[in-house]
Amino acid sequence: MRVGLFIPCYIDQFYPQVGIATLQLLEKLGCNVHYPQGQTCCGQPMANSGFKHLTGDCNRLFTEHFSTYDYIVAPSGSCVLHIKDHLHVAGNEAAATHIRQRIYELSEFLTDILQVKHLRAKFPHKVGIHQSCHGQRGLHVSQMTELVAPPFSKPRQLLELVDGLELVQLDRADECCGFGGTFCVFEEAVSVKMGKDRVADHVHNGAEYITGNDVSCLMHLEGILRRQKSPVKVLHIAEILNNE
Amino acid sequence: MDTAIKDHASLAEQFNTDEPRVNWHDETLWWVRQKRDKIAWTIPEWETLRETASRIKHNVLGNLHQYLLEFEQQALKNGAVVHWAADAEEHNRIVLQLLQQQGVQRIVKSKSMLTEECHLNPYLAANGIEVVDTDLGERIVQLAKEPPSHIVLPCIHKKKEEIGDLFHEHLGTPAGNADPQFLTAAARAHLRKEFLQSRVAITGVNFAVAETGELVVCTNEGNADMGAHLADVHIACMGIEKIVPQRRHLGVFLRLLARSATGQPITTYSSHFRRPKPGQQLHIVLVDNGRSRQLGREDFRNSLKCIRCGACMNTCPVYRRSGGHSYHNAIAGPIGAILAPNLDIRQYADLPFASTLCGSCSNVCPVKIDIHQQLYKWRQVITQEGQAAASKTAGMQLVTAVLSRPGLYRLAGRAGRWVMRVAPGLVNNRFNPWYKQREMPPPPHSSFAAWYKKNRR
Repeated sequence: MRVGLFIPCYIDQFYPQVGIATLQLLEKLGCNVHYPQGQTCCGQPMANSGFKHLTGDCNRLFTEHFSTYDYIVAPSGSCVLHIKDHLHVAGNEAAATHIRQRIYELSEFLTDILQVKHLRAKFPHKVGIHQSCHGQRGLHVSQMTELVAPPFSKPRQLLELVDGLELVQLDRADECCGFGGTFCVFEEAVSVKMGKDRVADHVHNGAEYITGNDVSCLMHLEGILRRQKSPVKVLHIAEILNNE
Repeated sequence: MDTAIKDHASLAEQFNTDEPRVNWHDETLWWVRQKRDKIAWTIPEWETLRETASRIKHNVLGNLHQYLLEFEQQALKNGAVVHWAADAEEHNRIVLQLLQQQGVQRIVKSKSMLTEECHLNPYLAANGIEVVDTDLGERIVQLAKEPPSHIVLPCIHKKKEEIGDLFHEHLGTPAGNADPQFLTAAARAHLRKEFLQSRVAITGVNFAVAETGELVVCTNEGNADMGAHLADVHIACMGIEKIVPQRRHLGVFLRLLARSATGQPITTYSSHFRRPKPGQQLHIVLVDNGRSRQLGREDFRNSLKCIRCGACMNTCPVYRRSGGHSYHNAIAGPIGAILAPNLDIRQYADLPFASTLCGSCSNVCPVKIDIHQQLYKWRQVITQEGQAAASKTAGMQLVTAVLSRPGLYRLAGRAGRWVMRVAPGLVNNRFNPWYKQREMPPPPHSSFAAWYKKNRR
């Protein structure tokens, strides 16, 4: 199984450790992982800001880099959802369709494709899960509190395999953190207030770490935690699942 | 609140200067969302019910022309007078004319978001007719000279103490009395007098049944009934999308409406108005005001399925923390943000961006409107129609240029991280909105791509 590793731009630049953990975890689980050099961005920052018409070159680049893999995996639900919903390339639509159908967010790839039942991971800490909206409501990696439907959570399913890890219960299980792409700067006041409220929910319920499957949300929450000089830390789910 | 700055971000920032108040607003509405969840879970077929409602409305929107004609025919047969208004102005003119025929100067009106949308009250006031809103929440904001901040809970932004002060000033209640039961009794006495004196009553319409020509008006206070039953003339104002094909379809919508809105099993009063009583006149004003245009926009057509329950507002994490007035439109929140650009794309160009696209709104919507998808699509339309700020367009073009060229991207990333390490003040300053209340991520020495090159091949 040839897996193409998609490391979104801001993870590449600011959170290389998340990329490394994702790569090591997939290798540990027996995947033949390759990171195509020259990849940049999925185009979401432009599209969500109303500039979808500027994403042509990003789409072309993405399709060139990832069209030959059996699966494409990324440690970000949001970027994966964007590709799934919006990747189209005139003249190369077959390749774009292949990618749209074969791209997975890391945790759903682990539970649905690799069907991971055991992990050699240890993390003796209290952890809160931040359900990032695009992974949850877009990719359905977990059930949503708005719907009358049986609960499930792929990230939770994986974290429960980790030795010593204790999950904390939140007051609001799946409220948005307020990152929202360029929303975080254009609507700074509301964005920060939403982030502060999310952080408070985790802290109040005793979390030592906040984890999730979108680094963008975690970056936003981390920015607030560090400004508050809080001892609570953020980690991407790959970093916990890869921790031995 | 100073609504001269008509921009969601600045109005929301203003709202956020009082954090305890934001917390109170957020928790109050979250409590309503929780009530909605609780009661939805008592109905095992909840999701099927939503799907059914959505499909009935789909049928309505696909056959609106026929249903409207059928409704008119039946309503005429019932003895009602039917008026057609192409836009807000015509609607207001029709209502004014009817009031002038009756020679009235003061009338009662129950909740109608349509008349808010048409700005009927100020129009009538300018023509010498005073409207008394009889929904308690509406009356409160009316006394405060403010627009409603929520379609179901118009004065949800007001604390009981503020309402006590308003009532003291306008209704003569004792100063400092903020007891909700006492204030409600005072409002009741005040409104009763208005009901008894008013010869004309305006009501909104929740559902109009094509099959029978009847109107259904839902209230918790019975104020629509008090007005309509006591008046010689009942004027019912409705958007043309309020049609349901048959009476039996009401069962679906009435089960969904109050549960989604407030977590009640049903509204206290769900009143059917079919024919005027002897000696009474019933006028029905059917208003388009942009709805036909929206119907023609395939991407946004489904927004007309809305039954005005307000569930999307209660669940919206942005609405709860920015307040209804920050949307500077009669209908606030996520649904307002997809309806308003159809009315005036320039004036409401900011609203589709007042969202993180979290998708919670679409999930609670009882008629399954894809609200967050429409927000995304409006963003594209707004930019395409040249409504984006020049600075934003320039910024996006620059970002695109970097992200479209792997070499430039690598270089820019390395340079950016270097600057953040050696001269953090260039990034961490007051011109950076991120840094205002958040730390920037610590810049690593190496990107993942560089690490991979060194450690794998």
